Amino acid sequence: MNIPTAITKISPTLWEIPVSYKEGMLVPARIFATEKLLSEMDAGVFDQVTNVASLPGILKYAYCMPDGHWGYGFPIGGVAAMDPHTGVISPGGIGFDINCGMRLVLTNLTEEEVRPRLHQLVDRLFARIPTGVGCHGFVRLSESEFGQVAEQGSRWCFKRGFATQDDLDMTEEGGCFAGADASHISNKAIQRGYNQLGTLGSGNHYCEIQVARPENVFDAQLARAFGIDIPNQVVVMFHCGSRGFGHQVATDYLKLFLSVMERKYGLKVVDRELSCAPFRSPEGEAYFSAMKCAVNMAFANRQVILHRIREVFSDIFQRDPFNLGMKMVYDVAHNTAKLERHEIDGKQREILIHRKGSTRAFGPGGYGLPECYAKTGQPVIIGGSMETGSYLLAGMAGGADAFFTTAHGSGRTMSRHQAKKTFRGDKLQRDMESRGLYVRTDSFGGLAEEAGAAYKNIDEVAETTERAGLSRRVARLVPIGNIKG
Amino acid sequence: MRGDAMPFQFRGDIAHADVAFDAWAASLDELFAAAAEATLAVMVESPSEVYQVAAVPVHLEEHDLEMLLFEWLNEIIFLKDARRLLLHPAEIRVGEAPQGCTIEALLKGEEIEPERHRLITDVKAVTLHRFSVRHTGERWEATVVLDV
Repeated sequence: MNIPTAITKISPTLWEIPVSYKEGMLVPARIFATEKLLSEMDAGVFDQVTNVASLPGILKYAYCMPDGHWGYGFPIGGVAAMDPHTGVISPGGIGFDINCGMRLVLTNLTEEEVRPRLHQLVDRLFARIPTGVGCHGFVRLSESEFGQVAEQGSRWCFKRGFATQDDLDMTEEGGCFAGADASHISNKAIQRGYNQLGTLGSGNHYCEIQVARPENVFDAQLARAFGIDIPNQVVVMFHCGSRGFGHQVATDYLKLFLSVMERKYGLKVVDRELSCAPFRSPEGEAYFSAMKCAVNMAFANRQVILHRIREVFSDIFQRDPFNLGMKMVYDVAHNTAKLERHEIDGKQREILIHRKGSTRAFGPGGYGLPECYAKTGQPVIIGGSMETGSYLLAGMAGGADAFFTTAHGSGRTMSRHQAKKTFRGDKLQRDMESRGLYVRTDSFGGLAEEAGAAYKNIDEVAETTERAGLSRRVARLVPIGNIKG
Repeated sequence: MRGDAMPFQFRGDIAHADVAFDAWAASLDELFAAAAEATLAVMVESPSEVYQVAAVPVHLEEHDLEMLLFEWLNEIIFLKDARRLLLHPAEIRVGEAPQGCTIEALLKGEEIEPERHRLITDVKAVTLHRFSVRHTGERWEATVVLDV
């Protein structure tokens, strides 16, 4: 058991570690979890969330979501809001895979219609969407064109015919964080990124064909509002990010911040992965702008992949993608920092929110939401392991306390190393097929690392976010086809 | 899991979602080689199947040994993404520089061929989580966590 003795139970789904727990903590740390999920968290969560609580300018609490686990600097599932005038920005609060995120797309097909062509569909997706180590994308760009992608995100895709206006409307921030300036990204980052647009990557990145079965719909009214209104309706969910580009941006600024943090700004941190700079400093502002470039590249990456998914469905079913009802439900970002307006101690103010392995989840009336979601709250997409399914949820009014943030996945309980020793990828693939899930992969070793038993129970994570008032369950989505790198 | 020819060992206790390894060697040159081989072994099932047909010279300078190893491994990851090259360390000389330390090296390998190389997991970054280079008794040791 790793739980600190100083922790106190605020509610059945919220726990608090006081500032007296560790020298330097400026605010308490709060963890959303049931007693069971809390007991499964590794020691790193408690250590890292309390380190985050010591960052200059942090407001209210350092949070960790129910899927939290050990990360770099921040725990995965970490959330911290900073005063933009006195606080810092830290790449460790955002993560290396900047704007790693989830996208959910509808179809008007049913499982009965898709099953006979499932192998053909998955094989074609696997052939058409580059996956795995060092893969290059299907969109050919010059290095200068890549700068436009970084500054414009999904808007660049719209101009090039890879997106519809509706796609942009259904993406957080319209698929483009304003203020991205490519002059703040290194030549190395560009060289790593310009040939990776249209690639899924590897690790826990995947594209999945899923089914919304009637017995798995929790809230029929919200499901209808999100476009899930046919029994056994087929949807497509995928998870990927800014690829090598985002990682290089994070690495470049991690190094830069290490070189100026103490010498120039007198900032000391307990973990080098928490290296930071004042948000209102030349280095802090340059990173914020470069990070936005990576955010935009990730939105563009998911957008061109969506374009290709529509092409594949259209080829297989010989129908126009829009005739197939292939409308986006939403696109959510996991690893970002954003300036948002929230109520702090009774006053509306602008704050800088770091979300690392966590999802923005605006409730009904949340600003910037498309009109169709103004009354429902923002769709939230939580990806589970390929064996256990995923969730569509909606932001709730009660999420204000955690700056309208919720979980992002199920969270690992077993290391990749241990999973590979425990499971065999080829056997897992056969077992899953016998259970009705057809998987294509570049790597059986990589597949073994993603075995369902290596993750927390997604049902418990999703239920906990609902009980905690962060996000309401709409439907559980069961995978029937999956490609992974 | 343990490298066939190189002194490194993967560990599952310090990075659930990613890949960690310890490397050790009698000299710094060998330590940097072992860390490079470990990084390659994360990405391909059989590093021996990566033939040494292309050569890339590398020269790096950093203010300390830890940042030198950090940058050395980052260079290998950069070349994998930017030029699709899987690379073995071939010649390595780690030494002192006026502002810290330096590495002069030659990496040798070839372009990725997914069928033959039996790819495993894409390494995307070197982290500073638990990252260390240390001299203990008779040997040099390093601990590295790679983001995958």
